[in-house]
Amino acid sequence: MKKVMLAILVLVIASAFVSQQTKPQPGGLKAAMTRGKTVYETVCLACHQVDGLGVQNMNPPLAKTKWVLGDKKALIKIVLKGLQGGEIEIDGDKFHNPMPPQESTLSDQEIADVLTYIRNSFGNKASLVAVGEVKAMRAKLK
Amino acid sequence: MKKVLILACSVVFAAAAFGSDTTRVKSSSTGTVKRDEAPLTLPTGFKSVVIAADLGRARHLTIAANGDVFVKLAKLKDGKGIIHLHDKNGDGKADEVTGFGNYVGTGITIKNGYLYASSDEDIFRYKIDEKTGKVDEGSEQKIVTGLWNKNQHESKSIVLDNNGNIYTNIGAPSNCCQVQDRVKGSPGQDPCPILEKAGGIWQFKADKLNQSYPEGVRYATGLRNVVGLDWNTEVNNLYVMQHGRDQLFQFFPELFNQKEGAENPAEEMFRLTKGADCGWPYCYYDNDKHEKLVTPEYGGDRKKADRCADKTKSVAQFPGHLAPNGLLFYTGSQFPEKYKNGAFIAFHGSWNRAPEPQAGFFVVFMPFKDGMPSGKWEVFADGFSQLPKDVTSGRAKYRPCGLAQGPDGSLYVSDDNNGTIWKVSYSK
Ligand code: HEC
Repeated sequence: MKKVMLAILVLVIASAFVSQQTKPQPGGLKAAMTRGKTVYETVCLACHQVDGLGVQNMNPPLAKTKWVLGDKKALIKIVLKGLQGGEIEIDGDKFHNPMPPQESTLSDQEIADVLTYIRNSFGNKASLVAVGEVKAMRAKLK
Repeated sequence: MKKVLILACSVVFAAAAFGSDTTRVKSSSTGTVKRDEAPLTLPTGFKSVVIAADLGRARHLTIAANGDVFVKLAKLKDGKGIIHLHDKNGDGKADEVTGFGNYVGTGITIKNGYLYASSDEDIFRYKIDEKTGKVDEGSEQKIVTGLWNKNQHESKSIVLDNNGNIYTNIGAPSNCCQVQDRVKGSPGQDPCPILEKAGGIWQFKADKLNQSYPEGVRYATGLRNVVGLDWNTEVNNLYVMQHGRDQLFQFFPELFNQKEGAENPAEEMFRLTKGADCGWPYCYYDNDKHEKLVTPEYGGDRKKADRCADKTKSVAQFPGHLAPNGLLFYTGSQFPEKYKNGAFIAFHGSWNRAPEPQAGFFVVFMPFKDGMPSGKWEVFADGFSQLPKDVTSGRAKYRPCGLAQGPDGSLYVSDDNNGTIWKVSYSK
């Protein structure tokens, strides 16, 4: 009996740990979208525009791109570390602005929020980005 | 009420259907020219004709004495970076479209029997017979090489004076010379190291091979990025259009509200003499204060002029972020008298006014007397963006980029989004 209790305890702790890692956004999708919209408008909109469609040859669109909808780790890295300009190619077009790194200006929560927002706006539909995922990536890139 | 609605809807649909029904004419060698596509809005007496379309990223252009048009592309078309347009049957449209030069770029101009063209690092020239428009491709010479191209503000525009010199802009690969480019809160570097190799106009000899920084002269500095430039033959001076810095509202909301961020800083026109310092990155022209002030990254507060007081002053200022990409002093006699020696400026259109509506996407005219503006600027050609008014999208249909004057005094305009070339002419 004691052993079973212990096993349950271990399970509970483990699952708490797991849910900490991939904890859905505080307040759920709706709250994350609201917070993410604010981050988008103050930081990203200047370049990627109100409609998320970017500007020809300058700033790429965020609508249905493989970076926005694809591997979350790579996506988080783009926002933390930025890009030089000319790194992204869409239909043979490159973009001349750089993408500024946000590691010094945005918190893990803000990055999780804004990425959740862009993955679910401009016609996109994809899973949430959790704060733990951003935290893990930031630690890895240190 | 319902009937009115239905009627209104069907009118709109019919109009839309009609609008997209453009007649296509097959041209002999490349693609199609869409007849009567994209008429421009012009002052009374002027009309425009699309002479070529679908060239892609058509940047600057130049016209030979026989009327042949040469267009520099920023993206290769069928492997070619320079397009040669010839009107064989005299109907005013290009029916012979050929190409050469396997590099992308922006600058192109003809002077004294040579066609000059730039990549984003080099300047080349070719012998041209202006009477026939024939270019000797085998005569290609690289006259300038190894200029900075770090992606941002990469294009090299070119113009010659009457003394055997060629001028090119080297754009600063930076918004405001911050330690970390475009990162909020990152301070401005002082002195800005970029200015050694970019952020200015360089002068080279038009006929010497393989020149680079050591052989060139930094003719003017403190210019963030220039795409539109021209040599004014009336007063023998170089004039350039600077693209001002971005993101004042995003980085300094305590100094610039959203609207002020869209209107500032000014896009400026400079009349340059050797040694000019136009102030970037330390200074910017404030369109509300009508003064050159210290940039916030360098401690500016929208009041201080300090180190900016003795910088070269611009001769004209325009609203923020309109991106002047083409400049041409009109020397023809086809257009009415007021246009003589005045400046046409092609504004590429903004992206950094968001979330305010984008603006620009037009060609303006500014009258000049003795090399100085003699009146307010006015919109000359419009209708490029085809965006509904007040829409904030950054994706215009056509974006004016290059300007050139034909031998008969017509004005040519290029669009670097679709590669449309218009010829604008006047008759009473
Ligand atoms: C200064 C302009 C600028 C700002 C501000 C900016 N970006 Fe970018 N972004 C770019 C450019 C330019 C690229 C492409 C860079 C390249 O090709 O090297 C890019 C690329 C991207 C990409 C990958 C390509 C794609 O289109 O899917 C994503 C995702 C992205 N940005 C998201 C963001 C988010 C989220 C923010 C706000 C936190 C942001 N950006 C802020 C200019 C900007």
